[in-house]
Amino acid sequence: MRVSLLWILCYLVLAPFLGGLLDGCDRKISARMQGRIGPPVLQPFYDVQKLFNKQTIAVRRVQAAFLLVYMIMMIFTGCMFYGGTDILMCFFVLSTAATFLYFAAVVTNSPYSTIGASRELIQMMTYEPAVLFACVGFYLANGTFTVGSIVQSDVSSILYLPGFFFAFVFILTIKMRKSPFDTSASHHAHQELVKGLTTEFGAKNLAFFTITEWYENIFLLGVVGLFIVNRHPVSWIIAVIVVLAVYFLEILIDNTSARVKQDTMLKLTWTVTLLSAGINTLVLMLIR
Amino acid sequence: MGKVKKSPWLLHYDASSCNGCDIEVLACLTPVYDVERFGVVSTDDPMQADILLITGGVNSQSEAVVRQLYEQMPRPKVVVAVGVCACTGGVFKDCYNIKGGVDTVIPVDVYVPGCAARPQSIIDGVIKAVEIFQKRSDEHDAYEREHRHDGQVPAETSGKGNQ
Amino acid sequence: MAVIPFLIIFPFIAAVLMYIIRNNKARGVVAYISAAAIIIAVGVLVVQWLRAGAQPVELYLETESEDHVILAGELVLMVLCTYLSFKYKKAWISILSIVPTLMLAYFELWGPEMEPIHHVYLDHLSILMCMIVGLIGGLIVIYAVGYMHGYHHHHTEYVDRRNYFFMLLFIFLGAMFGFVVSDSLLWIDFFWETTSVCSFLLIGYTRTSEAITNSFRALWMNLLGGVFLAIGIIYFGYHAGTVSFQALIAQGTAGEAFALIPVAFIAFAALTKAAQLPFATWLLGAMVAPTPSSALLHSATMVKAGIYVLFRLSPAMSGRMSGNMVAFVGGFTFLMCSIMAVAQSDAKKVLAMSTIANLGLMVACAGVGTPETIWAGVFLMVFHAVSKSMLFQDVGATENALHSRDIEAMHGLIYRLPKLAAFMFIGIAGMFLAPFGMLISKWAALKASVDEGNIMLAFFIIFGSAITSLYWTKWMGKLIMQTNKPKVHDITKPNEVFSLTVHAVLMIALCVLFPLLSGWYVDPLLKEMFGKVQQTLPQALLVTLIVVIVLVFLVPLVAFLFESNVKTNVKPSYMNGVNTGDNVTFVDSFGEPKHLSLSNYYFAHKIGQRKLMKPSQLAATVVIIVMICMVIGGAL
Repeated sequence: MRVSLLWILCYLVLAPFLGGLLDGCDRKISARMQGRIGPPVLQPFYDVQKLFNKQTIAVRRVQAAFLLVYMIMMIFTGCMFYGGTDILMCFFVLSTAATFLYFAAVVTNSPYSTIGASRELIQMMTYEPAVLFACVGFYLANGTFTVGSIVQSDVSSILYLPGFFFAFVFILTIKMRKSPFDTSASHHAHQELVKGLTTEFGAKNLAFFTITEWYENIFLLGVVGLFIVNRHPVSWIIAVIVVLAVYFLEILIDNTSARVKQDTMLKLTWTVTLLSAGINTLVLMLIR
Repeated sequence: MGKVKKSPWLLHYDASSCNGCDIEVLACLTPVYDVERFGVVSTDDPMQADILLITGGVNSQSEAVVRQLYEQMPRPKVVVAVGVCACTGGVFKDCYNIKGGVDTVIPVDVYVPGCAARPQSIIDGVIKAVEIFQKRSDEHDAYEREHRHDGQVPAETSGKGNQ
Repeated sequence: MAVIPFLIIFPFIAAVLMYIIRNNKARGVVAYISAAAIIIAVGVLVVQWLRAGAQPVELYLETESEDHVILAGELVLMVLCTYLSFKYKKAWISILSIVPTLMLAYFELWGPEMEPIHHVYLDHLSILMCMIVGLIGGLIVIYAVGYMHGYHHHHTEYVDRRNYFFMLLFIFLGAMFGFVVSDSLLWIDFFWETTSVCSFLLIGYTRTSEAITNSFRALWMNLLGGVFLAIGIIYFGYHAGTVSFQALIAQGTAGEAFALIPVAFIAFAALTKAAQLPFATWLLGAMVAPTPSSALLHSATMVKAGIYVLFRLSPAMSGRMSGNMVAFVGGFTFLMCSIMAVAQSDAKKVLAMSTIANLGLMVACAGVGTPETIWAGVFLMVFHAVSKSMLFQDVGATENALHSRDIEAMHGLIYRLPKLAAFMFIGIAGMFLAPFGMLISKWAALKASVDEGNIMLAFFIIFGSAITSLYWTKWMGKLIMQTNKPKVHDITKPNEVFSLTVHAVLMIALCVLFPLLSGWYVDPLLKEMFGKVQQTLPQALLVTLIVVIVLVFLVPLVAFLFESNVKTNVKPSYMNGVNTGDNVTFVDSFGEPKHLSLSNYYFAHKIGQRKLMKPSQLAATVVIIVMICMVIGGAL
């Protein structure tokens, strides 16, 4: 109990810093990949600080409330995960959180944010099976959905779950809003949807949104790490390395691919999910 | 009071430009000039922008648009007119449909002349705008602090009844 | 327990009164009183049963005369079906009614001597069904009084046959009570056929050609189920010498070869009743009926009769071919109907599709047939009954006021019809958001299907629930979007609002009391069914659940209060600088204001009913035929 409280506290305090730092590295590495110098690593923090210093604006006042709920639910999801509770429940709460993000975007009646939000829904539908499959995979490998018990297992889950891991990393691209699957809201300028579902988030609202994304990224990377971690302390170091490698891979994919249409995304992702997670499941069922 | 000048986000609008200046603005983002090293991001979205960068003179079609974009940006905000047309109307000044420079419609803080304006001078203009942005932000904060207790709020920031 | 015959017979008396009273006001009053009486009677039944120790109770050993009444009732139903089939030139349907009825009549009168059995059996499951039928049914009757007034006000083209409508509603309630408390399979068959016929007549209420076509489709599909039910009963009767449902379950669970075929046949009958693929189309067609009948028969209670039978049979099906068949059909229906629901923009069709999908999930739970899945299935049933009944009533009331039930027409409904939109919001949230029970049940179903190694089912649940959130979320988003359309005159009657309010309160109460219910009620239910009980919800999860419940109700409240005090500068939304200022119009390239209309994604041309229904029906039919053949082959 005490250990999990400590983890939750760490997550609450450290996640935004880590998330922001990773975001900064992302921008720096992306710039270097494009032959640019890029912004300072701390740039995301400057951005958020500035956003908090701007005049509070909104199209609908209720937007901020929806975003606040989104943020709290998202943070709560992360707390559940790092507190070592049921992983399937974490993702269920996460999808509830995402619903509030959708509300914050569509309540404005703005064309750009509404289309962005609709695409976000399609994205949610696209990645959800892989996420749920990952949970099922953990259950098959360890006999429990509880994160606290999964980290105590004798061998790393990835040994049983390479297919699930692949599917999860695949959908991570969608979750992190990276190209080629950044149809709902892109970090890049000059695209047809302006800023997608974040179009109507200005100033403080955007700051809330950005911080929530940091929390979310740390949570997702935590799930990636969960594939690696076992009872041996060495595995924790390997997990950190793998997490960083996955993050780098996402940046690489982001910078080397052009975005695709959403039905291509849906078909591709579901095929990958079905094939890799499905075959992995069948193999697991056979050997057990 | 925060250091806002490290994160100036741009909104680029073409009021009636011949695209010459627009190309140069985009050139600023390319690896050669890499304006992102100053934290500059081209947002495309007035709700998220700090600096409005306008190319071309304002005509009767774009006048309302310029006003609305400016109005949508949250304060503090800065306007940069890029290219001689945006500054004064340029060679189109006497056309029947041209109002003149951007300052005929909204207050302009920095003028970047040139036809087309060179990327170096655009970056220079943005850096100048960033200083103004910081100053305004400080003033805004100071104003907020002063008026926190007497219940007075600046007309534009008052919340209710503005919908 | 004199209250049991009261529950069965009183609705029939009320039905006669409904038909006789021609004055709408007077009939309304009688309907209120009868509904209240039914709800109170159910309450009395529950209290009596609880005070008697909440143990399974067997009653009515000697029922010679009642048996004859029931046989006569069956013959009346047969005559009615035959008459109507001939009248509307669909004579072949009458065969489906005549054959099983005559078979059963022969079996009962001249067949072998049966062991004496108790005709009524009360346990946790039947009491739960009584509560659902009584409470929700009663509320829907109350709602219907107001709704039908608005309906005939809005649809002047249909003949006002309200007395007939209310008569059918009450007959249905009586039959439903009879159905869930009976242990004699012959009684079950009679009440089963009665609900089928009620549904058929209610679908045809408006007598339009579409309604008639759809009602006959519902009739033949349900009668086909009835044929299988009758064959199953007679087969079992000849082999086992008894027609007790409990005996069938016991022998089926023990694995007696002669019980396998009846179990599979009755399960098949239940699939038709629960509108599973390939029979899903009858329930979709049933949506032409006035909303109270959609809510009562085609979502909250009658289709649950199929689920009830499957739950009863689940120990006998678990791990056998019939269980696999039921689990596959249920899971497959869940997935395919969820996909097809995305393409629907008619609110009632979405509700119908989602009803079939959720029934599929319950059917799948029953097919797997372990305590965990039945736990999940029971909660799915309870939550689904409450929230769907509420949603149907709400959509009905909205249609009366808005004159449309298209989801696109509900743009910004929260500003135009605030009360109804709020109820709709709660109802939809109950269907898929944490911490409402549907989601927890899905969690349990997924876990149990993985535990059982039923990967096919896990796959259906995973993909199905991903799609489920899509169509609900986009509907909810539509309700809260900004609009400048004027407010709609809300013609919802106080009794409709009353029913909706009770439903909303009930739903939130269920959500909060959910962990308690699991321990108090559902665990004993499972113990009766499987003889053993285990904690399905881990303690840690229970704690998390309570935190989530608190969070979900508290956080939005605090957030809204907090944010309403923050001074915010309201800006027009971004439309490339050509927003005219009201966020719903923009200046077009000719300088004219133009209205902005936003629509959801439907992908109707890719995943619509037209495209997917036939292939999925075909697939389900093939699976059912193959598996039934395998069951028969294995048993003979």
